[in-house]
Amino acid sequence: MSNAAVMSAPAGVGKAKVKAKDKPKMAPLKRKKVATQVFISIVRFILLFGLCFLIIQPILNKISVSFMTEGDLYDPVVINIPAHFTTENYQLAAKLMDYKVALRHSFIVAFTIAALQVAVCTLVGYGFARYEFPLKKFWFMCVLLMIIIPPQVMSTSLYLHFKFFDVFGIFKLITGDAINLRGSVLPYYMMSAGCMGLKNGLYIYLIRQFFRNIPKELEEAAYVDGCGTFKTFVIIMLPDAKPILTSCFLFSFVWQWTDGFYSRMFLGNLKLVSTALSVIVDELSSYIMRLLGLQTGTVSVAYSNCILSTGTLMIILPLIILYLFAQRGFVESLSQTGIKM
Amino acid sequence: MRKKLNGKVSGLEKRRAISGYLFISPFILGFLLFMVKPFMQSLYMSFCDVQVGAGSFEMIYNGLYNYNYAFKVDPDYSRLLIEGFTRMIIYSFAIMVFSFFVALILNQEFHGRALVRAIFFLPVILSSGVILGLETDNSVIAQMHATVEDSMQNVSVTAVLESILRTAGVGTRAYETVFELIDNIYDIALASGIQIIVFLSGLQTIPKSMYEAASIEGCTSWESLWKVTFPMVSSIFLVNWVYTIVDYCMRSDNEVMEKITDTMVDQLNYGLSSAMAWCYFALTIVFLAISSFIISRRVYYYE
Repeated sequence: MSNAAVMSAPAGVGKAKVKAKDKPKMAPLKRKKVATQVFISIVRFILLFGLCFLIIQPILNKISVSFMTEGDLYDPVVINIPAHFTTENYQLAAKLMDYKVALRHSFIVAFTIAALQVAVCTLVGYGFARYEFPLKKFWFMCVLLMIIIPPQVMSTSLYLHFKFFDVFGIFKLITGDAINLRGSVLPYYMMSAGCMGLKNGLYIYLIRQFFRNIPKELEEAAYVDGCGTFKTFVIIMLPDAKPILTSCFLFSFVWQWTDGFYSRMFLGNLKLVSTALSVIVDELSSYIMRLLGLQTGTVSVAYSNCILSTGTLMIILPLIILYLFAQRGFVESLSQTGIKM
Repeated sequence: MRKKLNGKVSGLEKRRAISGYLFISPFILGFLLFMVKPFMQSLYMSFCDVQVGAGSFEMIYNGLYNYNYAFKVDPDYSRLLIEGFTRMIIYSFAIMVFSFFVALILNQEFHGRALVRAIFFLPVILSSGVILGLETDNSVIAQMHATVEDSMQNVSVTAVLESILRTAGVGTRAYETVFELIDNIYDIALASGIQIIVFLSGLQTIPKSMYEAASIEGCTSWESLWKVTFPMVSSIFLVNWVYTIVDYCMRSDNEVMEKITDTMVDQLNYGLSSAMAWCYFALTIVFLAISSFIISRRVYYYE
């Protein structure tokens, strides 16, 4: 099965040639080829349909569960279509996550962080693509190293670094104590400004790859016409790089939106949708215990799972809308970059 | 040339070099401040007993104690490390095969291609970060579901095949791995979004004339897959392999990572968690270096 599907791309080319060359003579062969073609497309359809269903199914499942009442969850007859349609789950999930506040915070943080990261990474990527300077190879190795090193390796020490933050002992001189930056948003913005945010090495790599493909003459013409270095960059190069920049911005936004690691470490005190979602089950059980006036107890797995599904849907809804509108920005521009080692 | 115009050209070069450094200066600053320092500190910390007091922390050097503890005393760590590592290798391999296969299909012309591409790319957006972790939490529920189904004597195709093969007694271990992969095809599909796009971008750069030439020379499509497509995208294989392994290491549902985070956040044992993280990282880097060296020797560079 797999061979048939794989082979069809080059087969198409061969078939076109046969068709053009000798039409009347090769009729039986042609019929056979058409039959193969039909067979291949049927197999391909089944395969792709199955895989697409596999990817979509959890989302559909979550949607149907999120509209069920608690009774429906235990009802063996109800599988996909809720018998008692309700939106209570959404109200409860919104309450537990403090949805409005969290959504606003998440949006502000993800937007500003993404903008900052893309701006800085563009500068760096452009520098790597267009300029020759000593130690360039070494610095680029550092970028690659940054992609490879998982942030978790340094999480311990970064944690302490910001807990007792100090630049060369200056703060200690003034206030007599290192300042605790943990819990404020400042460290993460500082890291983003230094290209050390989530997957920033990847953005640098992609942007550099893109700038390398722009012809040198364009830049030289600008220099001859009297543009300075920075002006050339802003006026000539940036407009060309729009597709890859949108791509990186969208990635950065989306990954920041769902990120748990950096958010928990640096933005712990700020209510974000990602951190709110990760504790929603605990919130639910404590909420219900409060409601019933009990000290301890557990909520049923099915119900907490239902609320979790609802919460997940509420979080990914903005992303799905974004994806629907900017699908081209995500996929197409990335596939045109021409990634090479 | 350069020597002739020595004064002027080197002046220009110097200016270019300075502006180049200006452009990458944010990276250099960030790298030194937030990468090199914590990196070295965490390396040092792994050899220390770290005690956090009010307003400061102390590091007392105690040699290889943390490493000894991680491997010899801690009940889970070495087991998790080996398990996690073999899983990483198997899954990365499966992801590569799967994404190359899907990219080959998606590179063909058919109706609804844009839609299918959009769907395959959806997981990159929807199952990143926290959501991925939550999905695996649901696996507990999925397991319950599976046991219920077992008791109701529902049969799945793979289960039947597996039992047949097991009774036939053909190399059970290898088959078990394959079946585990097939059962987890959902995880693989979720993890291979970016890889598919990267492969697609590689496939699109292969000129059509190459296939034409091959078919005129008498290549069947199967042969031209191996003789044209494979060498032309071989450099992409390297990129994807590195990306897949790094991505797997950083996944939040990785058991080794969970162990490390638990040791740090819950037990406040900073030294031990650093040591664990370093061992994991060193192993990964060594594996990555060896495997990419082997692959890069087989990479064919056109041009």
